[in-house]
Amino acid sequence: MNIENKIATRQSYGEALTDLGEKNSNIVVLDADLSNATKTNIFAKKYPNRFINVGIAEQNMMGIAAGLATYGKIPYVSTFAVFAAGRAYDQIRNSICYPNLNVKICATHAGVTVGEDGATHQMLEDLSLMRTLPNMTVISPSDDTQTKWVIEEISKIKSPVYVRLARPATPVIYEKNQKFEIGKGIQHGTGTDATIFATGVTVAEALKAQEELEKQGVHVRVVDMFSIKPIDKEIIVKCAKETKKIITVEDHSIIGGLGSSVCEVLSEEYPVKVERMGIKDAFGKSGKAEELLSYFKIDKNAIIETLLS
Amino acid sequence: MKITKVEALENIANEIRIGIIEQVYNAQSGHPGGSLSCADILAVLYFNQMNIDPKKPEAKERDRFVLSKGHCSPALYATLAQKGYFSKDLLKSFRKLDSNLQGHPDINKVPGVDMTTGSLGQGLSVSVGMAISSKMESAGFRVYCLVGDGEIEEGQIWEAVMSASKNKLDNLCVILDHNGLQIDGKVEDVGGLIEIKEKFESFGFNVIEVDGHNIESLIYAFNSAKQKKEMPSVIIANTIKGKGVSFMENEVSWHGKAPNEEQYKQAISELKLKHFANN
Repeated sequence: MNIENKIATRQSYGEALTDLGEKNSNIVVLDADLSNATKTNIFAKKYPNRFINVGIAEQNMMGIAAGLATYGKIPYVSTFAVFAAGRAYDQIRNSICYPNLNVKICATHAGVTVGEDGATHQMLEDLSLMRTLPNMTVISPSDDTQTKWVIEEISKIKSPVYVRLARPATPVIYEKNQKFEIGKGIQHGTGTDATIFATGVTVAEALKAQEELEKQGVHVRVVDMFSIKPIDKEIIVKCAKETKKIITVEDHSIIGGLGSSVCEVLSEEYPVKVERMGIKDAFGKSGKAEELLSYFKIDKNAIIETLLS
Repeated sequence: MKITKVEALENIANEIRIGIIEQVYNAQSGHPGGSLSCADILAVLYFNQMNIDPKKPEAKERDRFVLSKGHCSPALYATLAQKGYFSKDLLKSFRKLDSNLQGHPDINKVPGVDMTTGSLGQGLSVSVGMAISSKMESAGFRVYCLVGDGEIEEGQIWEAVMSASKNKLDNLCVILDHNGLQIDGKVEDVGGLIEIKEKFESFGFNVIEVDGHNIESLIYAFNSAKQKKEMPSVIIANTIKGKGVSFMENEVSWHGKAPNEEQYKQAISELKLKHFANN
């Protein structure tokens, strides 16, 4: 990981989507008046005839996407996570997931790292809401390389997918030739003192913490759990068996997200103590992204503190 | 095959009504009132208007029908059975465990059902998406979407209406089953829904108002909607909730209630008499 080379996953999304549009003429993109922020504007510029801006009407957008999918189109739908998974939840449930329609919901600006906009715009419950829906696949990529792979890969799955993307630029973690598989976590290091399960923007924080802890003689491994559903049970159990301590860290509520997913697996397969780092049953607040990561104790320093305590 | 004779279509509508009563009675559950009010509309759509083939329910270029007021599934199921998508025997399984005829229509379970619906206000957005597909691919098919008047209290309907108008979807025809009643009373009292025609007109729709139980008027309205270019149409079909069964007509209590044996027998005999009169 080169911490100097930073790209926001929403930017990676916009670029990957445009490349995908060239390869597959069935790709259509919908946005709800946020195309400059979600980066679907890159696609819109190149393929104006396959881009639909529905205006500020997220519920309608989900329904239109469902209608396009019934005809065989592959709609990629974007808005902020709070308006996708939150405002249009019932439309995603009843018009997309229940009929199992091939709609890709790529939601940007998830988590407290939205920053200055504050609580109303910081979606902390989307992983929880989306993973309870039958037929839904839930992906939370951690960097540019992974996001680009995910955006193309999900076009091959004929069912609904929710992709959680972030606003701020974060380090590029993976080389271009990195292999990914949906449903498989990616293990970084083999330390046995602890496992840090992370997802999205917190993967880079965990990797930074790992490096510093190493200097202090604490050997931890980090697992990038970009696939929230399906979840990689195997790697969770394996790490629980091989390491002394388990922590999870996410820019999401500790209720229902990655932490809960890991706990669900371990309570059934290999019960051990788990410490869940995340937003602890609270709404977000205004501030800079990095200040909020620190305030809510989900940054590098908080991870180090937790592991040394 | 397109049926043009008014009496024949009236008889089909009557058959659909009998099917509705049979289903709701057998299940001892379901929504007879709003199903009966849209039977004539469905008869005209499926037997006179739509370009469909029950032998090819997945045909790419077929016209689509979305029952946005999904609780009126007995009307849709009876229509599809009548049209030959599946056997009428299946209607007996309506709302029962392991039946494909779920309480609300399921696109993956029933041939001829073009969209899963049930949560009100969602079917019109889906229809807009279908109509956009047709335009994008120059596929030429039309999309029909039946909404209830209570249903259009949902805000999403007006989001979809705005989109239909913006995209000049002249291949989209909305039919409003305007029976004036919703579960808790009259639509103007419960949700404050008034000036429906003006609302649709101001959103850029071609509005056609008809007697929703008059077959000739319905045929005229659908044909007239087809002629309109560059804008979507809505047919405001003025109907009677519970139409065809004397004690259900305009009785809000029959929105979602099943008849008992005596009521069932009376309803069927009334409908059969009508059929006889027509022959």
